[in-house]
Amino acid sequence: MKKGLFGFLLGMWILIILGGGIVVLILGPISITGFGDIDWFLSSVVKAIIALILVAVWILILSKLKNWIFKKEIQS
Amino acid sequence: MPELIISSVISCIVAFFAVYVSIPSLIKYLSKHNLAVKDMNKRENIMVVRPGGPSIILGILVSEATLYLFLQRTEILAIMITSLLAFLIGYVDDRKVMGGWFKPVALTVAAVPIILLGTYDSNLAFPLFGEVQIPVLYLGVIILMIPITGNTINSIDVLNGVASGFMTIAGFSLTIGLFVMQNYEIAIASMPLGFVALAFYKYHKIPSKIFPGDSGALAFGAMYGTIAIVGNAEIVAAIALLPAVINSFLFLSSVKRIVEHRQIKGKPVDHDEQFRLRATKDPSAPITLVRLILAGGPLTEKQVGHAIFKLALFSGSLAIITSFLMGIRF
Repeated sequence: MKKGLFGFLLGMWILIILGGGIVVLILGPISITGFGDIDWFLSSVVKAIIALILVAVWILILSKLKNWIFKKEIQS
Repeated sequence: MPELIISSVISCIVAFFAVYVSIPSLIKYLSKHNLAVKDMNKRENIMVVRPGGPSIILGILVSEATLYLFLQRTEILAIMITSLLAFLIGYVDDRKVMGGWFKPVALTVAAVPIILLGTYDSNLAFPLFGEVQIPVLYLGVIILMIPITGNTINSIDVLNGVASGFMTIAGFSLTIGLFVMQNYEIAIASMPLGFVALAFYKYHKIPSKIFPGDSGALAFGAMYGTIAIVGNAEIVAAIALLPAVINSFLFLSSVKRIVEHRQIKGKPVDHDEQFRLRATKDPSAPITLVRLILAGGPLTEKQVGHAIFKLALFSGSLAIITSFLMGIRF
């Protein structure tokens, strides 16, 4: 069980590093133009929506990882 | 540089001894006013006084004030004000039982001084990949960070010495991370957190003489979260906090709503005939970190605490590795 917990911690750490890569390489460069003064606001809204989706995906992956690592214990 | 060293040494001494010296008086006061709760993990009917929050916030405020005299950094004011507000929110919950939503919502208010004082950098830095500019989104990060760190530390305050011991390890890991990232002044401002937690651990470790209460746990968490924001070390701080994050995540993913532990009907953990902690088979009980640690068999309270500290040391090491990776770019 303790090994499972260390594995889960390591899995979370890797997900954070990879998530950072996605945020910097995909989310960061997003820029919406053509709407004048509200360009920055629209860009932020789009980034916020994508960030929320990424968080939801991250939580989903963690749930799957949790179920996979702790399957026996959670079933009991 | 000598001024930095002198100020850090003085603030750490002040942080440690303000807590260490004030707690015996606080224990006397709380005992006199019968502010005690039963220690549920002891066979005997042992009552432990709470909250220890007043001593914790005293240590934080006097040490950071001492540091402010030397460094004059607005970030230190943000740490002091946010920690104080979180302490007050926790103190209300210590004295009067509030709903599950009270602390998360109220703690968003505690984050406002960080924004008003302008003590943040809206570039979110990630290891290996660099920074991302999110000026509007970052305000949301600040507003969410303090409730998350505050409640995460509060949620791990389940056994004697665990919250303060965990905070000591996570606090020092964050400090080392800040030094690695060459953010020296904020690293020095974060050192009192580890020393306050260490001094409190002396009285909180098994068998506890005092519990931190919501006021103490929230003050710890808010100070930690504020340091992460003003030090631009959000990712490093989140990684050092991972065991507590796992605890909150497991709890929320099994309960599927924000509630206080006392509102949960199923017990995740009970005791065997030797009064060791044992994971229950109750399907309605939430999955928690302690329950998972106990899945392999019953353990004493001290053994479970040590298992949590080993996880904290592991995540603290990952946090320090991450701080080194901050300087590497693809």
